[in-house]
Amino acid sequence: MENEKENKFFSFIQKSIKENIRQSTMIIALLAIWLIFTFLTNFIFISPRNLSNLFLQSATIAILACGMTLVLVAGHLDLSVGSVAGFIGAIAAVLQVKLNMPTIPTILLAMIVGGMVGVWHGYWVAHKQIPAFIVTLASMIAFRGAILGITGGQTIGPMKDSFKAIGQDYLPSFLYRITPKLDQFGNAIKDSYGDVVTGWVSIFGGKFYETNQPPFNDISLIFALIFIALFIFFQIKKRQSRIKYGFKVLPLNFEILKIVLLSVVIALFFSIMIFDKGIPYAILLVIGLTLLFSFISNNTPFGRHLYAIGGNAEAAKLSGINIKQRLMSLFVIMGVMTAIAGVVFTSRLNAATTSAGQNFELDAIAAAIIGGTSTMGGVGTIFGSIIGALVMASLDNGMSLMNLDVTYQYIIKGLILLLAVWADIATRKKA
Amino acid sequence: MNGDIILEMKGITKEFPGVKALDNVTFQVKKGEIHALVGENGAGKSTLMKVLSGVYPYGTYNGDIIINGKVQTFKTIKDSEKARVAIIYQELALIKEMSICENIFLGNEKNKNGIINWDISFSETTKILKEVKMNANPSTKILNLGVGEQQLVEIAKAIAKNADILILDEPTAALTETEADNLLNILKELKAKGVTCIYISHRLKELFQIADRMTILRDGKTVCTEERKDLTEDKLIAKMVGRELTQIYPKKQRTAQEVVFEVKNWTVYDPSIDEKVNHNINFVAKKGEILGIAGLMGAGRTELAMSIFGVWGRITSGEIFLNGKKLKLKGAKDAISAGISLLSEDRKRYGLVLNQDIKSNISLSSLEKISKFYVINKNEEIKSSNEYSKSLKIKTPSIEQKVCNLSGGNQQKVVIAKWLMTKPKVLILDEPTRGIDVGAKFEIYNIMNELVDNGVCVIMISSDLPEILGMSDRILVMHEGVFNKELLREEATQEKIMYYATGGV
Repeated sequence: MENEKENKFFSFIQKSIKENIRQSTMIIALLAIWLIFTFLTNFIFISPRNLSNLFLQSATIAILACGMTLVLVAGHLDLSVGSVAGFIGAIAAVLQVKLNMPTIPTILLAMIVGGMVGVWHGYWVAHKQIPAFIVTLASMIAFRGAILGITGGQTIGPMKDSFKAIGQDYLPSFLYRITPKLDQFGNAIKDSYGDVVTGWVSIFGGKFYETNQPPFNDISLIFALIFIALFIFFQIKKRQSRIKYGFKVLPLNFEILKIVLLSVVIALFFSIMIFDKGIPYAILLVIGLTLLFSFISNNTPFGRHLYAIGGNAEAAKLSGINIKQRLMSLFVIMGVMTAIAGVVFTSRLNAATTSAGQNFELDAIAAAIIGGTSTMGGVGTIFGSIIGALVMASLDNGMSLMNLDVTYQYIIKGLILLLAVWADIATRKKA
Repeated sequence: MNGDIILEMKGITKEFPGVKALDNVTFQVKKGEIHALVGENGAGKSTLMKVLSGVYPYGTYNGDIIINGKVQTFKTIKDSEKARVAIIYQELALIKEMSICENIFLGNEKNKNGIINWDISFSETTKILKEVKMNANPSTKILNLGVGEQQLVEIAKAIAKNADILILDEPTAALTETEADNLLNILKELKAKGVTCIYISHRLKELFQIADRMTILRDGKTVCTEERKDLTEDKLIAKMVGRELTQIYPKKQRTAQEVVFEVKNWTVYDPSIDEKVNHNINFVAKKGEILGIAGLMGAGRTELAMSIFGVWGRITSGEIFLNGKKLKLKGAKDAISAGISLLSEDRKRYGLVLNQDIKSNISLSSLEKISKFYVINKNEEIKSSNEYSKSLKIKTPSIEQKVCNLSGGNQQKVVIAKWLMTKPKVLILDEPTRGIDVGAKFEIYNIMNELVDNGVCVIMISSDLPEILGMSDRILVMHEGVFNKELLREEATQEKIMYYATGGV
């Protein structure tokens, strides 16, 4: 009896891994990279402070990768995102520094400019049938020049504090404003179990601190709890709806197990930031955009049409899909996302530079491809690309921590990209 | 003919994950014969030929391939070519942007020390083209050739490799009758020169024209090998499907009702040159009938269908009425929401997104319909696609299966399901049964009958004359872009249709 239950459990695990083989391998690869760096850096890599930083470092590429995934899925490519992000950052800097414009109008204007760049691309790609590769290659070169024109070859900064906050600040702590020091016992606990465990235990009454105040960001904690509650709520709702339609659902105990496991993973992810300085605004933005874009790609006719266009454009056209209009919208979205990435990056640097955004397009494309997006179109997920962006950021971060020569950093990143695509093709053949 | 066995395949078993595609198949071909390999789609014909040509390398299957008494262990297609086996696939494998000459010697370039000798290549090409009775300049690009000529280039390519055994997989599927006859004659000449042919086709008539012997496969097993003279079409079909099909065309008696769909003064131009492909066409389609549109390939039937559906590149002029209301259609989307659907002639190119699953393909044209505030109701999507998949009897373990893993007949059913989900009032079917086996054909005919019973107006374009005669209530014959004649089912014969299709008055 016990054995049978166990078998059922394992076959369930096996099945869910098989069904998500692409994403499972990506997550396993990411964890493997983390593990390797953890040992190579003497556990500095895995500390909440470093991981928090890592998430923050990946934000710009993650935002670009969201849009880039959709562009690649539709069978196109955007090489201009680096130059355009730099260009929009420069515009924002000029608006703030030279014209003293407040932050919110600056951001809105930046997004409008991004959208207009998208209209320009969309016009040539959708209506004049010029390959996106060429249209955006032209923009990549042209906007690099435009950056020089706007900045006059100078670094422009600093930005206003509210603008700077987007890329640098954290959710505020409502109750606990100081970071308390651990007492002796607390330090002992931390040394054996790490920051996250210490933090959680202290929330549930563990007294490790000199000031009797646990070191966590309460607003971030509340946010995380609400997030998990919503996650559980939607999982239950989904299950009920499937039952209503008479579809097969997982046995209840498996379903609960699945929800609990995933909630724990989400909780761990947030803990890293809760027990550091809190959740950065930029990460909130990335989380929001990831959810939004996943939803767009899976649950809206627009998203599904993009997959069809990338899979077989002629069939899509004969199925009643307005390809021109879809591509136009796609490039406008990509333009707006580029603007957001530009704003976040400028805010992090607290200035616009002439070289801002260089190689972003390649990093975003690499992130999407590592995450399983096909360059041929029709295949790819937002979630995969975010993992891909994390892989790229982890490599940068880990190798910097190791003080590895930049020469080797580039070489290793290039090889990892190749390896990822090879692993993808190899697993797909087996599946 | 001498009775030597040139090729023997013994006990061939080939498994794919979850499926036994070939189960202990035995296949013997005599030297210099044309040997037909027949069976329904999915019976294992193509798989068997892929084993023979080395696409599935030695070791991935069980059993032996013996050519001229020697056991062969092909690891790649190159190995099989060395043993002088050449295969011509169902889908043409020519490179469109290259010339005839370049294609013929692709992979076997006439070279010395890695430098191609174009003079030799050209003169050889001219010689080989003569053998296949083709009158074209060797430097003509493939994209400037018709499908029939492209097929001939494929054969020329095989001849250039000095093949002893030539495998042809559905070579005539996309050809007109004249082109097909031409091809069959060339095969007969090759046979006279001692080339052995293995011939796969769904056109039974052809098999009886040229095959010496036939081997029948069903569900991955050999049913039997027979001399042609011992077989009739009925016997052959019975052996293929494993049951007697009482009637190939399940025609029902019906009476046509009121006019639903009307096209007036319809003129269509060719997209690239300034020439009319359809000139001033007028016709009506009625509720409760199947309107057949016959004609030769290139007569302008597909252009007519595509332009009505709003996906023809060029401006068209004329009027369309549905239920008495004039329609203004700017594209496929407008046509679909007005209630017109078009099943195109090339399902892989125009009908399916091959790397997506059945469900996504079925719902593709109806996503807006099952959405609320731009959000798709995914459960509704699963439910509807499941219903269509079941009612059309699509053979698949689940609707999550990718479409590229389905057989031709089932793929066609997926496209039909996609159009049924849009709830069309007028359904235009362009070559609905091309390249589909007898069993699936029969099922598609039944679906058509059911649609007509439910009040859908069905317009069927077909080059298959027995199909036109067997299924239509009324037949329009097209010749050079205009309807030359309207025939009622009772008065129509193959001869009459051909007479008007070739321009008779």
